Amino acid sequence: MIRIEGVSKSFGSNKAVDTISFEANDKEILVLLGISGCGKTTTLKMINRLIEPDSGNIFINGNNITDQKPEELRKNIGFVMQHAGLFPHYTVAQNIAIVPNLLKWEKQKTQNRTVELLEKLHLPEDLLKVYPNELSGGQQQRIGIARALIADTPVLLMDEPFGALDNITKSAIHNEFKNLDELKNKTTILVTHDVVEAFELGHRICLMDQGKVVQIGSPAEILYHPVNDFVKDFFASNRLMLEYKIASVQSVESFLKKPLSPQAQKQLTKNTAIWEMLQILSTEKVYNEDYEALLQAFNQYRKLQTV
Amino acid sequence: MTQEQTLWQFILAQHEKLLLQIGQHLGLTFLSLLLAIVIGIPLGVLISRRQKLAAPVLGTAGVLQTVPSIALLGFMIPMFGIGAAPAIIALLIYALLPIIRNTYTGITGVDPVVIEAATALGMNKTQRLFKVEFPLAMPVIIAGIRTAAVINVGVATLASFVAAGGLGEFIFGGISLNNTNMILAGAIPAALLAVLLDLIIGYLQKSTLKTLKIAFYSVCGIVVAAAAYFIFSGQPEPKIIAGFTPEFMGRQDGDLGLRSVYGLQLKPLVVSDAIMYEAAYQGKLDLISGYSTDGRIKAFDLVVLEDDKTIFPPYYAAPIIKTQTLKKFPGLEETLNLLAGKINDSIMTDLNYKTELLKQTPEKAAKDFLVNQGLYKKANQGNGETIRIGSKIFGEQYILAAMYKMLIEGYTNYNAATKTGLGGTKICFDALMNDAIDFYPEYTGTGLLVLLKPSEQKIKEVSKDSRKTYEYVQKEFQKQYQLQWLKPIGFNNAYALMMRKNQAKQLQISTISQLSDYCAKK
Repeated sequence: MIRIEGVSKSFGSNKAVDTISFEANDKEILVLLGISGCGKTTTLKMINRLIEPDSGNIFINGNNITDQKPEELRKNIGFVMQHAGLFPHYTVAQNIAIVPNLLKWEKQKTQNRTVELLEKLHLPEDLLKVYPNELSGGQQQRIGIARALIADTPVLLMDEPFGALDNITKSAIHNEFKNLDELKNKTTILVTHDVVEAFELGHRICLMDQGKVVQIGSPAEILYHPVNDFVKDFFASNRLMLEYKIASVQSVESFLKKPLSPQAQKQLTKNTAIWEMLQILSTEKVYNEDYEALLQAFNQYRKLQTV
Repeated sequence: MTQEQTLWQFILAQHEKLLLQIGQHLGLTFLSLLLAIVIGIPLGVLISRRQKLAAPVLGTAGVLQTVPSIALLGFMIPMFGIGAAPAIIALLIYALLPIIRNTYTGITGVDPVVIEAATALGMNKTQRLFKVEFPLAMPVIIAGIRTAAVINVGVATLASFVAAGGLGEFIFGGISLNNTNMILAGAIPAALLAVLLDLIIGYLQKSTLKTLKIAFYSVCGIVVAAAAYFIFSGQPEPKIIAGFTPEFMGRQDGDLGLRSVYGLQLKPLVVSDAIMYEAAYQGKLDLISGYSTDGRIKAFDLVVLEDDKTIFPPYYAAPIIKTQTLKKFPGLEETLNLLAGKINDSIMTDLNYKTELLKQTPEKAAKDFLVNQGLYKKANQGNGETIRIGSKIFGEQYILAAMYKMLIEGYTNYNAATKTGLGGTKICFDALMNDAIDFYPEYTGTGLLVLLKPSEQKIKEVSKDSRKTYEYVQKEFQKQYQLQWLKPIGFNNAYALMMRKNQAKQLQISTISQLSDYCAKK
């Protein structure tokens, strides 16, 4: 668990982060969302002491982060950057092995773990001997994630990790990332300015503006119960899509007039979002009825949410 | 064709000396380069960490880089004496700037994203430097080392001025002695060394870190071995440490004559005349080959040994000029001859003393003298053509050039321009023959031995007597080059051996024969 208590940071006369406090729980992905210059990246970098706060305290699992040397602290925090930040003079294998080497792992252990991660991230093993400049952007980003995950640290920090990717690559990685079992036992904090990404990946979202936290809560809370007009306006342009994305088919099932057809049922998994299901149903004419039914059920569900 | 053969013959005859010089040259280059790397890279890293230091450090290295190499070598002598030490330190200074600057540029040029990644992964400063910054900056750093290496091969030729050996001995000896083969035997290997080093380092630049490490260690090994061999294999110190100019080393009226006529067996170091007086004064050298009118004899309390077997021919100074030039500029001859017989040895020594030691400008010394002699006239508004006066690169020639300029401007309607500091006899003479200058003051002895080079028989015949020498060069120059020797100015700037006054007194040496006897005694 990460606890931020009254932390501030100024650059010159510009107050980048202004006495903010929040917590990130175990096993959750907390998204810091906001426009450029809102202080989200500064906040993130203060957690692994790339930036030192002017005042306030940060605790990881109850320990103040200033009790440790920065280098030791960072070895226990995975970090993923916007532009992968791979070492251009290291092969992929060497890049992934940086932290294990700092931790003085045995070679075999590093190798086994590397192979395991490549598999989970759907990367072929023959990439290992290749240098980063020969990789595509998506591959570089996956290697960057592998490098951050390899030591299985309790905390993972991600600074706009998918920001430099095109939309198609991005949504592919999103899907992979959401389903990574590696994240299940970590506290992950992810910084993004991409509203859709925040809603697709975040268990909770912390919306920031001008160095302050405006609202923190689950996607549904933040969407249906905005604390002020700023929050409301922030999501206005994506609102409809976001609503479809945060509601699961399961949550609207009770509003269905009759159960979905057996063929449609086959497409369902436990947490399928309305958005995904509608996408599937809209592809074939046989689903027309199911499509209509699901839409009606969602509208019922939605009325209750906004009350 | 014959030229090539003689060059080849020269190399064959001198191959031992040549190999030694190449060895010394490489030793000096590599050792100074290695020291520059050892000092320059950490300095470069330091200023990349503390950016405030960058400007002063780079500025200082830049200023040092612009100090002329001879001057730099001159500064080194009081501190480091003569020989390899001052040469290596001077070379080190020249090599520093490119290495510091490229290290700084290389390290500050590393992508900050990569540095941040290294930091975020838990690397400390040292790990970041050696695992990330150095490897990524390496091509730029090596480019700096490459530049420094090529600069050093070139500047190392000047090491011969401070008795550190190297290919400069042939190059500068050849220039002084008008010996093209000797120049080429030094210059060609020097150029080849530069090209070769450039290629090798260029190859290293593209290679992997591992090859680099191997290369670095092997270079270190070679350097240490070479340094040990060339610098510390020095012979036991002789009783009298002699330092002669490269020119003196190769001349019959120089070291060769001292050996054959006086039987004086010295192992002289080769040094530049720009620094040898001071080295003698400092006690780094005991015996030097100087010029009898040099102002520094007076300043550094030296004494000229008497040439009791007259091996040094007379060196009376007089302007030399093409016959056709005299025709082209009527009245010029009379004007130049105004100085004839006006300056004797002691006046010239005094003038040299004023410029070299009292730091008067040659113009001021020249004007004061002319005013004293009642020869000075205010310059006319010259509307005629310009006469170009040449001078060699030492003090009295500058003064003479300045006097001639004032005389021409005062007594004729011509303009006068001085082209001072032409490297040596060969350069001056070639400039004259190719009409780059109109005249310059030359010495009868130089005319005889360096330019005409008659048979030994002839030299013996004419060089015992100053009148005969003058008449002979006058006649032969007219015949061979259509050049006129105007009337002698009066002083005789002959070669001379000199020692510190108190040492000469203590050893009771006043003639070269006595010196030879002293050296022969065990």
